[in-house]
Amino acid sequence: MQFWIIQGLNSLSLGGLLFLLSSGFSLIFGLMRLANLTHGAFFMLGTYFGATALRSWDGLNIWVTALGAGIAVAAIGGLFERLVLTRLKTNPLGQVLVTLGMSFIISDACLMLWGGDSIPVPTPRNLLSPTRVFGFVFPTYRLVLVGCAIGAAIALYLLLERTRLGAMIRAGVDDRQMARAVGIPVSNLFTVVFCLGAGIAGAGGVLGGPILSAYPGLDADMLPLALIVVILGGIGSLLGAFVGSFIIGFIYTFGTALFPELAYIILFLPMIFVIAFRPQGLFGRVGT
Amino acid sequence: MKWIGVALLAASFLLPPFLAGDFYVNLASQILIAAIFALSLNLLVGFGGMTSLGHASYLGVAAYISALLTSRYGFGHGLAAIISIAGSTAMAAFFGVVALRATGLGFLMITLAISQVLWGLAYRMSNVTNGDNGIAGLTRPMPFGISLDSAASFYWFALVVASLAFLMTTIFVSSSFGSSLKGVRDQPRRMAALGFNPWMIRWITFIYAGFWGGVSGLLYVYYNKYIHPTSLSITSSAEALLSVIAGGSGTLGGPVVGAALVLLLKNYASAYIERWNMLLGLVFLFIVLVMPTGIVPGFSRLVTGLRRESR
Amino acid sequence: MIPLTFEYALEVVDLKKAFGGLVVTQNISLAVRPGERRLIIGPNGAGKTTLFNQISGDMRPNSGLIKLFGTDVTHFAPYKRAHFGLSRTYQIITLFTGDTLEHNVTLGLLGLQPSRWQMWRPLSFYGDLTTEARRILDKVGLLHLAAHPVSDIAYGEKRRVELAMALAQKPRVLLLDEPLAGLSNTERSTVKELIASIPRETAVIMIEHDMDTALDLAETVTLLNYGRVIVDGDRDAVIADERTREVYLGV
Repeated sequence: MQFWIIQGLNSLSLGGLLFLLSSGFSLIFGLMRLANLTHGAFFMLGTYFGATALRSWDGLNIWVTALGAGIAVAAIGGLFERLVLTRLKTNPLGQVLVTLGMSFIISDACLMLWGGDSIPVPTPRNLLSPTRVFGFVFPTYRLVLVGCAIGAAIALYLLLERTRLGAMIRAGVDDRQMARAVGIPVSNLFTVVFCLGAGIAGAGGVLGGPILSAYPGLDADMLPLALIVVILGGIGSLLGAFVGSFIIGFIYTFGTALFPELAYIILFLPMIFVIAFRPQGLFGRVGT
Repeated sequence: MKWIGVALLAASFLLPPFLAGDFYVNLASQILIAAIFALSLNLLVGFGGMTSLGHASYLGVAAYISALLTSRYGFGHGLAAIISIAGSTAMAAFFGVVALRATGLGFLMITLAISQVLWGLAYRMSNVTNGDNGIAGLTRPMPFGISLDSAASFYWFALVVASLAFLMTTIFVSSSFGSSLKGVRDQPRRMAALGFNPWMIRWITFIYAGFWGGVSGLLYVYYNKYIHPTSLSITSSAEALLSVIAGGSGTLGGPVVGAALVLLLKNYASAYIERWNMLLGLVFLFIVLVMPTGIVPGFSRLVTGLRRESR
Repeated sequence: MIPLTFEYALEVVDLKKAFGGLVVTQNISLAVRPGERRLIIGPNGAGKTTLFNQISGDMRPNSGLIKLFGTDVTHFAPYKRAHFGLSRTYQIITLFTGDTLEHNVTLGLLGLQPSRWQMWRPLSFYGDLTTEARRILDKVGLLHLAAHPVSDIAYGEKRRVELAMALAQKPRVLLLDEPLAGLSNTERSTVKELIASIPRETAVIMIEHDMDTALDLAETVTLLNYGRVIVDGDRDAVIADERTREVYLGV
């Protein structure tokens, strides 16, 4: 019984992390029609920043670190968007290729700066002691992660549904040309959304550190998961990213625990299913 | 005039084993293998308008099947080769159905996701694939009893296969099917209205590209006598994509030129720079920003321009 | 297949198309006889092109039936409908701009040929297709430009190539979506002559805003507004109809 509960919690926390990873990806794809292949690298960059910060300064608050890393990664993303992506407005294939190139640059830079060994990230001390609920023992940090994801989801929902910025983003997702025609500064909006997406990924990377550790190749492990979440949940849909993240979190965790060799195939099957029967994803609003 | 240039170029492919030492001949072999892989991808990207980031799947799977059949199950090379190519082609047929549910970026994402899953499987299923250790100690085939172990003999073998690949892809692309493929790339709606079946045309092309990808995979595993999951990685697919784009997609010579460039860069750069991936990334950025149509079209434009001026 | 004589070349029954909450066409029913010349008119946004898109298969209707010569083609993919004798032109130019006029029309002819699946013979091998393509280009007065890429020719000439491609396959039902749009006066009369000379084996259904020219070509007229059929019948009857005046005088 304990096994199922622990795996269940692991699934939820992985789902939470995946949401932090893929919500940005989905937003960027939804608004900019860009498959941002740098996204895994943004996440990994956050994990490495977090690893260094949390190991160097004992007792540093993880939330502050996440915020700081998020801003740093957002800044890097913003520079990339302004300097490179905007020059390729008429070349969508080119845009995808440069995000790929950028992901190689970032991942090799991480290898150069932090070396090839895996760097474990300490769990924040005040969250170390396990929580007891109904006689079961849970690692507190994982519970907190789930809370983070829910919090981020709510925050993003409010941003998209209740603010003017959100309205502009939604308009841009639905009909870019129309949005431009009514005076929405689409180009600036792109930069904002790209930074937001990158930033959330970076912050997510910090928060994922204690569970995943920082290691070279983390980006290549995370990117396909983000892709599968978005293919499953639908592009441009926050709800889709949320639901998809947790579905994948469960499938991946239980799959790895029960059939370690076949975990990837088990991930693959729902993706094929969805593509075969509902290519726009479970909640997709934008066609591929 | 053009044909003299082409003939000279073709002749230059015959030179390496006579002019250079083993190191360079081996390099030339690697270029040929990469060229076949890039040619197969270009069927999709340049002629079909379908950008795939998962083409390494077909190279890697064919390589692994051949490696496993020959080293672990005692198959002869001939039969192993047939099964490997059949496997890779069948996989292309299956994944093509999945990936072609979408076009454009959706297609790209699905091909990438599939290839990453295969890559992950290659690492995880270590009792089958030997995981991170890869499968070593493989042998090269002996077609008609001729050994391919020397650099020169392998080069000739690779040259024959590459020439065949080039010839057959040229025929394919120039055929009436090839014309309909290019039509579907340019105006899919119009083509459908004219009676062409865009999905079927794309799917057949996808399968054919998987076939030649598998062929390049066989050559790859024969050359290296070793196979590792990195052959299935996104870097592997990306190098091929870069070759196609740098050389010029939509031309037949472009991928070959691009493959040569990427390979030479990789070889020489790695003598000075440890971080090949970073260089690859920077080259991607450079090519896309500065030379988006690639080298071969740029070069032919230059030649046309010079010719026009000299009149 | 021996064509049986059918009463209607094209039948549309109770067609409805909605995007989310927005209903673009509803309760549209039409019947076009073989060889008929029908004009579809209506203000912008009346649903004319959406109707065409459903007939050609580019859009799936939410409900309703489409029949070509008695066969229910409602669920047929667009390419299949071409094999049933349907052909159409588009509002925007969808030609192969990098290719020559001859290649464009040859492709148009290839679409219904089994040789389109040939993977080893070049297109130039099929001399009869090229000859036919040149004959068609001659008919529309563009043979002298056959070797030119489409990107080189004028807009009016492109429209004629579109028409040539649509007619190349000798369709039984031809949909013309604003064939006269954006043409100069001389170009307009040339294209009008071409449309007038389309053989009687083809039923022609045309969307047009330029009423002066289009009405001359029409035998029957259907008036659409807000996605519905308002008036439908012989040309003179529809013109005289009160409802037509209402729609166009914006009451």
